[in-house]
Amino acid sequence: MQTTLPAPTVESAPAMTRPITLTVNGTPYQLNLAPWTTLLDALREYANLTGTKKGCDHGQCGACTVLVNGKRINACLTLAVMHDDHEITTIEGLATDGALHPVQKAFIDHDAFQCGYCTPGQICSAVGMINEGQVRTVADVRELMSGNLCRCGAYPHIVDAICEVMQLDASK
Amino acid sequence: MSQYIGEPITRVDGHEKVTGQAKYAAEFNVPDLTYGVVVSSTITKGRITLLDTSKALAVNGVIEVFTHENRPRTAWFDISYKDQDSPPGSPFRPLYDNKIKYNGQPVALVVAETFELARFAAMLVHVEYEAEPCDTDLMKHLDTVRNPEPGLMNLMKPLPPKPRGDADKAFAEAPVQQSAQYIHGMQHHNPMEMFASTVEYGKNGFLTIYDKTQGVTNSLLYVTQAFNIPFNQVRVVSPYVGGAFGSGLRPQYQLFLAVMAARELKRSVRVSLTRQQMWSFGHRPATVQNVCLGTQADGTITAIIHEAKAATSQFEDYTEEVVNWTGKLYPTPNGALRYKLKSLDIYTPLDMRAPGGVTGLSAVECAVDELAYKLGMDPLEFRLKNYTERDWTEKDRPFSSKELRACFRQGAERFGWSGRNPEPRSMRKDHNLIGWGMATGIWDAAQVPARAEATLTVNGKLRVRSATADIGTGTYTIMTQIAADTLGMPIDDVVFRLGDTTMPAAPIEGGSWTASTVGSAVKSACDTLAKTLFRMAKRIPKSPFVGVGFDDVLFINGEIRLKRNPSARVSLLEVVNLNGGRAITETGTSIPNLVAHMKYSRNAHAAAFVEVQVDEDFGTVKVTRAISAVAAGRIINPRTARSQIIGGMVWGISHALQEESVMDHRYGRFMNHDLAEYHIPVCADIHEMDVVFVEENDTVVNPLGVKGVGEIGLVAMPAAIANAIFHATGKRIYELPIQLDKVM
Repeated sequence: MQTTLPAPTVESAPAMTRPITLTVNGTPYQLNLAPWTTLLDALREYANLTGTKKGCDHGQCGACTVLVNGKRINACLTLAVMHDDHEITTIEGLATDGALHPVQKAFIDHDAFQCGYCTPGQICSAVGMINEGQVRTVADVRELMSGNLCRCGAYPHIVDAICEVMQLDASK
Repeated sequence: MSQYIGEPITRVDGHEKVTGQAKYAAEFNVPDLTYGVVVSSTITKGRITLLDTSKALAVNGVIEVFTHENRPRTAWFDISYKDQDSPPGSPFRPLYDNKIKYNGQPVALVVAETFELARFAAMLVHVEYEAEPCDTDLMKHLDTVRNPEPGLMNLMKPLPPKPRGDADKAFAEAPVQQSAQYIHGMQHHNPMEMFASTVEYGKNGFLTIYDKTQGVTNSLLYVTQAFNIPFNQVRVVSPYVGGAFGSGLRPQYQLFLAVMAARELKRSVRVSLTRQQMWSFGHRPATVQNVCLGTQADGTITAIIHEAKAATSQFEDYTEEVVNWTGKLYPTPNGALRYKLKSLDIYTPLDMRAPGGVTGLSAVECAVDELAYKLGMDPLEFRLKNYTERDWTEKDRPFSSKELRACFRQGAERFGWSGRNPEPRSMRKDHNLIGWGMATGIWDAAQVPARAEATLTVNGKLRVRSATADIGTGTYTIMTQIAADTLGMPIDDVVFRLGDTTMPAAPIEGGSWTASTVGSAVKSACDTLAKTLFRMAKRIPKSPFVGVGFDDVLFINGEIRLKRNPSARVSLLEVVNLNGGRAITETGTSIPNLVAHMKYSRNAHAAAFVEVQVDEDFGTVKVTRAISAVAAGRIINPRTARSQIIGGMVWGISHALQEESVMDHRYGRFMNHDLAEYHIPVCADIHEMDVVFVEENDTVVNPLGVKGVGEIGLVAMPAAIANAIFHATGKRIYELPIQLDKVM
């Protein structure tokens, strides 16, 4: 339904691509990208890191949440070329030496997902939220995780999993 | 032996899902891939008068633009486009001709070397239309509805039963009457993963299709028929599905377009829909219901009239079971259940989680609550008074099992229902009103035929396969449990694979029937394998099983043991070695026991209890507490089943309070076609939730005694919430979703 958008004024796409280096999970990826390639598409289609999901491409669902310099962002709302010198962490990079990140482990233990499609975004978002240091209560967890939609409705278990990692009492 | 069945095993696919290794349809990055982007119609009805693709084709890197003018020939007859979930009618054919049948219809596919180029060039496709007036508003046509065209689908989703007694007369004469109209609009499934197909073009044109689907076999049949390709030239693969909720029961148009482009271009093609385009195919139909209930002064129901009017497309008669549930739940000497359709300029509706069930129960369970208030009875007491052990919609046959009474009792106890003051507006917390409501749920316990294959591998492990799906339901996990128990294997030595047409065929995953259907096939395959292994074990030199029958041995811990002398044993690895070190495979087919099934109605039941907090100043409703008590036969895995029920309850909150696809009927176009404006619950909307599984033993439904839990968590919730809102505010609201303007 994109025809509702105004027709582009430039009628031939510049074929040019430019080389950039994305550092993802500590590994440099040298990619040739059109400047309007989103970070999300760069990861999924060019770096073959498909763990980061596309759920809306409009910053409305949070499925594409990744960590850039430790901060959670929607990878669909930013261009890859803007992250040339940044440290990007995706779901593929959270486990260290084969050991799951505590949030990943808690998600399995609490069955905090069903179809699994929003899960990488939920987990990256939870890690980013913990980094932000704003959470005091379970209500804070619910509020600060509300940028990540889960259509399967796993929210109660997502909250339980995060509370366990943060040592919060989930019943309060 | 039940070592694993009934245990809360963590998901066997959990590790892949939390590490990003689980691959969904748009994530198979095959070599030399091209990208297709769909151009959608901006009118609702009429025809295309001009389609100029020259500017798009001029973009360097664009390979082709497919339209109705240059598309390759495909099958001629409607039958070739029918899938396993097609309702009666003429299926939609993408890019077939210049006619526009609904808003958002695909009119072109732009294929380019990169996604970015295809997306850009799609904006350059110039389309002109001659629009005709469109008709999309069900509310304008309540007097011109008609009977649906019956079809094969009605075997699974029966049309209303014949009326009994004289419901109109009995209702008119009833001393206590309740009559109201209930309305809800359209909803779209919106799984988190958008529809996508990656078609890999292989040697000699062999197609490997990674598709988002609830049934690979269904996609295979559709593609081979529509394009007249031999079965052995196509393979459909779908190991992971990012949610579907019914939307994957029919092949969607991106599959057709991706296959068409791949065959024409002899290249691999991926077509992914945008989130906005997720509003351009099936949905839960808008439905208007009238419910009339009449009782005697003591609350005994004497008349039930439940009539539903639903919208369908101009080309297919989609039906769902809306009204029959009322008859299955409530006995009456006089009952009339009716279901009518109106064809409109919309796409054909499509089964969406608890299709029909959540629609019908959202009406009748509110009507029952209102009636109980008229009678001065507790709504739970009213339901117990009108409890039935027989199903009058099916010739008064009994239920194969029905522990609804226990659901009421255990749910009420856990919730604290007995402490409820029935008076509306009687409970407050700070400036918020508090309300408690409850409702009953019912869903089918269905089973259909399926096949599975079990292999004892060369290293003595068990591998089981069936071409079913796991849309997040836990299929991988529970099938592994069933297989492990049937062959007495440690669960870590068992692997279950699904979602591939090279595996034995299974039906589409829907209707809460996969646990029973595929579970029975897995059990059958493993049972057959066990018998084969036992026969082979008897042939081992000095076998301890000479002269022993199959019933005299146990399969346990990777061994076959004599029941009366457990030290007499043969390991499965020894059997493999006897077989020359080759794997041993058996297949199993499960077919429902129709003779037994015909004697009983087979249903899962539930009771939902809900507490809401209503802020009258803002009209906001918060579901602060919800409990579902569920009787669904044997629960294979309480952990994944609980997730299914909670997910259904979240859907219930969404159905009652949030989601609706709003159409501007002047244009026949959805106005809120994205996830910012189509509201579904976020984490902050969901509070205390609990699930009680009531023990229920059913020997009729299937050999496993399972009923399925995909839908039963949802069906009772919306009415329970609406009833709680009444209890809080004293206001009955008959139109869903109950958004703030209706509460204020």
